[in-house]
Amino acid sequence: MSDVPTQEEALAPADVLIEKYPGAVSKDTREGYEGVVVDAGKLVEVATALRDELGFKYLASATAVDYLEDEYFEMVYHACNVDTGGKPLVFKARTARAEAVLPSLVSVWPGADFQEREAWDLMGIRFTGHPNLRRILMWEGFEGHPLRKDWQEPYYEEDAKPFDSRWPEGHVCRAEQLNPYGMNVRYPPGFIYDGYESVADDDTYSGMGVTFDEPPGGIKTGRLVVNIGPHHPSTHGVFRMVATLDGETIEDLHPVMGYLHRNHEKIGERNTFLQNMPYTDRLDYICSMSNNLGYALAVEKLMGVEVPERAELIRVLMVELTRYVNHLWAIGFLLNDLGAFYTPAIYVMNARELILDFFEATAGSRMMCNYMRFGGVFADLPPTVGGRPQLPTDVFREYETMAYLKDLVYEQMPRFVDEFDALLTQNEIVISRARGVGILPPDMAIAYSASGPLLRASGVPYDLRHSDPYSIYDEFDWDIAVRYNGDVYDRLMLRFDEIRQSIRILQQVVPRLEATQGQPVFSGRRAYQVRVPAGESYGRIEAPKGELGFYVVSNGSPNPWRYHVRSTSFINVTGLGELCKGHKVADVVAILGSIDIILGEVDR
Amino acid sequence: MYGQGIAKGMWVTIKHLVDTYLDDLKWWGRRYTDPAVFPERQGPHTRGVFTVQYPEEKLPMPERFRFTPFLVVNDPDAPEHPSHIWCTSCGICAKVCPPQCIWIMRGVHSDTGRPIPEPAEFYIDIDVCMNCGYCAEFCPFDAIKMDHNYELASYDRTAHHIHDLARLSKPVSYWEHIAPTLAANERAAREAEAARKAARKKSAPAKQQDDAK
Ligand code: SF4
Ligand code: SF4
Repeated sequence: MSDVPTQEEALAPADVLIEKYPGAVSKDTREGYEGVVVDAGKLVEVATALRDELGFKYLASATAVDYLEDEYFEMVYHACNVDTGGKPLVFKARTARAEAVLPSLVSVWPGADFQEREAWDLMGIRFTGHPNLRRILMWEGFEGHPLRKDWQEPYYEEDAKPFDSRWPEGHVCRAEQLNPYGMNVRYPPGFIYDGYESVADDDTYSGMGVTFDEPPGGIKTGRLVVNIGPHHPSTHGVFRMVATLDGETIEDLHPVMGYLHRNHEKIGERNTFLQNMPYTDRLDYICSMSNNLGYALAVEKLMGVEVPERAELIRVLMVELTRYVNHLWAIGFLLNDLGAFYTPAIYVMNARELILDFFEATAGSRMMCNYMRFGGVFADLPPTVGGRPQLPTDVFREYETMAYLKDLVYEQMPRFVDEFDALLTQNEIVISRARGVGILPPDMAIAYSASGPLLRASGVPYDLRHSDPYSIYDEFDWDIAVRYNGDVYDRLMLRFDEIRQSIRILQQVVPRLEATQGQPVFSGRRAYQVRVPAGESYGRIEAPKGELGFYVVSNGSPNPWRYHVRSTSFINVTGLGELCKGHKVADVVAILGSIDIILGEVDR
Repeated sequence: MYGQGIAKGMWVTIKHLVDTYLDDLKWWGRRYTDPAVFPERQGPHTRGVFTVQYPEEKLPMPERFRFTPFLVVNDPDAPEHPSHIWCTSCGICAKVCPPQCIWIMRGVHSDTGRPIPEPAEFYIDIDVCMNCGYCAEFCPFDAIKMDHNYELASYDRTAHHIHDLARLSKPVSYWEHIAPTLAANERAAREAEAARKAARKKSAPAKQQDDAK
């Protein structure tokens, strides 16, 4: 491991645990691994001690790894101390593959809820004591647990890319022939396709009950279960909420997801390390630059490569521009959800266009940037933004890159933010729709593992750029944006605050970019195969939507053994049901919009 | 005062509207003639709203723009090896391609049956291609490049979406046209490399035969 002091820092609480629970907690001694291994029987007890005595109130990530050869599954937890910041504490619990059972940690950290359901769904680990252990991304009735290493997709070709069939004897066939419609799903034995009715919905509704009650002297009222979705609510993607209503009031609400599920992680484990980079673009498709960075950090940590200064500057530039775009987009579409149809959203698109032009000229694509590489970035900034006419009908538009950036960062972006602020934030309708709606108290935000603007609008000043600095964020002068009411309005305003901080960072980046012109933007040799030493690594960044983590396990082969995405949006909706309780149906849309989810990332 | 916030917001939208028309007046009659119009009205300084009239007008793509890949061949009127394909069928692009949509049949010599540095067949399934640009980035021979033509709609996806050698091949002059700076840099790098090799050959003539192979 590259940096010894930080590891010691992280191990201090781990040592406390080892001392306190001799025999039950032991150090993970495998080469390239960190943290402690906890005896499954003592897991809840140790986790409670971690939370209550050592201050690790925040569970950042929980995921499972299948160690096929050693015949066990391992749950890997990353817990954080939000008061002091710093590296996460890694602890693990193992269970035999044959009979995979582990105690649930939902009682300790409610934020483990969806993550454990995901581990059950995709890896097949049962969590005793989980209040609602059902599949979450696949449907009930799906056969098998697709992230297990011995599970093969019906159109399985080989364990790992590159496939031998492509070269030197590439007999082409269309992807649909490999994967014909209707045959791309394997059903359980004895399953009859015709007339099948999913039991999933029964399960969803059964806990919610359709009942009537008649208070003495009052009116007879009924509870009604309503499906909100699955449809495409403006930008977010296909999402469904099952709400139990008492009149207009939400009594209970369950998010249902998985409509966009493509098993990103299984694809990632078939891919080589480098091949995963463009796939990360497709997670949160508004913020491909930040996804790239998170993944690059995780793999760079394993590889131990250094990133040149100019590459770091360009990375920060890209990621902060992405944050600006994402927050504007989130605000614009929150307003859309509130009924301000498209005026704010179109204004935002107009401003975003300038950034996308820059991305396009630099990375080659507006949204699917695929820009970062392990050890730097794809290429230096181009001399000009825009293109020269090639056809008679082409309209000419070209700017000198640095001048363009300066215009953006010093003039256009601040001007637009102020204008947008004037357009929206004092609007009485916005205020009355947003203030006091969907309040998330700070302790609940932490318990539910909320991150990003959702957490900071509840008064928790936890921003990984400060709390666990990565890249070169510690070299810039900026403040964590915090708001204290935790309602929809504060989440909206917090995004404005954060954009202003981003612009502040950008204004410090641009002069340094000028000073480093001509310096390398990549270290090492550019190769299509990278060697990644065996070990585990968790790379996390403060993506615009919150903590985005990539947990990568390498066994030294060209493909990751485990590739997990700690998806921000997925975990941020864990508390959605609680947030919506007691509000009106129309508020649910506002609350969902204020969380700012994107289904490409929720469903993966 | 209640309603002040709404009025303030309305003022912003009115300003946008007025700015747009003022801008129109400022550039009156010069929209299609003055090359300064577009950079100004679509750039960071603009106040109004201005739309490109696609498909009558199109924005040119920046050089690095990547859509689907194409294979570089010599120009048909090149003095040496006209229309010769640059690809050596080394297979790197097929190996690095994340969705594995490149299919290459390595060429063999018609007499000896030994592999030759030329593809016999080369297919890219553009329905699967994720436009990542890795093939162009890692090709050691500059033989595959990303095209800028994004208008690939067709009526029958089953028949037209696997591009074969004929469809993929484009002359190097096309690449020099759509990406002049990149192409010039690549050419310079290739020439420097060739010069380096030639110098090495001269200094070590014994090795010449190995290199020639
Ligand atoms: S990497 Fe280049 S030379 Fe090699 S097969 Fe692909 S296109 Fe041909
Ligand atoms: S652009 Fe990417 S996906 Fe498309 S052929 Fe090239 S390597 Fe494959």
